[in-house]
Amino acid sequence: MDNAEITTHISQQYNDELESIRHRVLLMGGMVERQIEDALQALRDADGSLGEQVVKADVKINAFEVAIDEDCSHILARRQPAAGDLRLVLTIIKTITDLERIGDEAEKIGRLAVHLSEVRGPSYRHSVGLSHLGELVKQMVHDVLDAFARLDFEASLAIARLDQQVDAEYEIILRQLMTYMMEDARSITGVLDVMWAARALERIGDHAKNIGEYVIFLVKGKDVRHTSLDSMEAEVLD
Amino acid sequence: MPSRDMGVIDLQQQVVGPAPHANPIAIEVRDVDLFYGGAQALRKVSFSTRKHCVTAFIGPSGCGKSTLLRCFNRMNDLVDSCRVEGQIVIDGENIYDRSVNITDLRRKVGMVFQKPNPFPKSVYENVAYGLRLQGIRNRGYLDDKVAWALKSAALWDEVSNRLKDSALGLSGGQQQRLVIARAIAVEPKILLLDEPASALDPISTLKIEELIYKLKEDYTLLIVTHNMQQAARVSDYTAFMYLGELVEFDDTNTIFTNPKQKRTEDYITGRYG
Repeated sequence: MDNAEITTHISQQYNDELESIRHRVLLMGGMVERQIEDALQALRDADGSLGEQVVKADVKINAFEVAIDEDCSHILARRQPAAGDLRLVLTIIKTITDLERIGDEAEKIGRLAVHLSEVRGPSYRHSVGLSHLGELVKQMVHDVLDAFARLDFEASLAIARLDQQVDAEYEIILRQLMTYMMEDARSITGVLDVMWAARALERIGDHAKNIGEYVIFLVKGKDVRHTSLDSMEAEVLD
Repeated sequence: MPSRDMGVIDLQQQVVGPAPHANPIAIEVRDVDLFYGGAQALRKVSFSTRKHCVTAFIGPSGCGKSTLLRCFNRMNDLVDSCRVEGQIVIDGENIYDRSVNITDLRRKVGMVFQKPNPFPKSVYENVAYGLRLQGIRNRGYLDDKVAWALKSAALWDEVSNRLKDSALGLSGGQQQRLVIARAIAVEPKILLLDEPASALDPISTLKIEELIYKLKEDYTLLIVTHNMQQAARVSDYTAFMYLGELVEFDDTNTIFTNPKQKRTEDYITGRYG
């Protein structure tokens, strides 16, 4: 299916329903992006109040998930969508779950920023190493929302590739942080915070990759979850 | 409550699985063209369907699905200007061969129509009608057959104490099941259903659908329906027809989740054709 097709139903009402539900997913995605941005900044600057703000804003994302889920139930019950429409609704139901989880990870990072702002130890310095990983996952979330909006399944492949890079970078950060801990046992508490933040970023990458896989399912009707990048490419580009 | 005991359950097994592809072929349609006078109503229709499967035909009005259905028992022979080319093979025999006995064919291929059409006779006589035509007079045998057919059509419990009453006194849904009982009393191999539930309320419709599900254990069913959800619910294979052509024929799961043809997608999702 492609973008032009979503709004070509005989029922204008149905067109409007699907279009507005899609719009709401993108709005939710925008909020999640903002949360990651703020959480990373809070972490970078050890800004406790910004971290606080991120924690509070997560409630809105949760509410969005519940509301969109409900919309999807209503469409399933009243329209009995088929084919591309069915895949759209299924994709949305799954996508918002992953978006909500991304929100949770951003919230975790916000909490860690609050904590770091309180302890202020040398660990504050260690968090600097996260900035590149943060940029990468921010890019992934941004790109996957674009892919969803444009029904661009090839972008999903690029996102899956980025996820491998994220995983590799996460490994490197872990090693680095372990060295800090071995050098100075007093740093362990603070370094663990940074480690949790790195872990949260890595998880965000996984969720973005999942959404990319749903976009492939939406556009091509193929389920590429739990497959290697190679077989995913083979499936999609055949 | 479903058990959580895993036992030897195959986790890959699907709840709503694909059509049983391993079943033997029941009907093979080869390049069928059909003309009403100069107008062509079917164009090079080819597909095959398997035994103990339900095949649903969907498509807009006038696309040829009822016309195609009527080819399987040669009902179209009754239309003077109608001419059929190509082959329909049932049990290894092209039913359009000159040697085919049409009465035998119609015994083998039963049909049920949109509007229930019971004869103005008793419930019992309606079901026994086809058997009497075959020359069966044995009362005990007839009684058994009528009871069996009514049970198979999930109607027995509702009419067992009023077999002598007029069939016209039954409700629409009961009449439709009575007609199905009449069709299966002569033990056909194939059942053709032309919009069997479109004149019925939702509960009667579900009873017919439940019946279809049971009947496929013994028969091969072909059903024409305007109700797409009905096709999705009851069939193993779905055929989408448009302007006399068979646009797409596939597993029902595939047609309703990921059809290959854009015209199929447009039709089942309610888009401009």
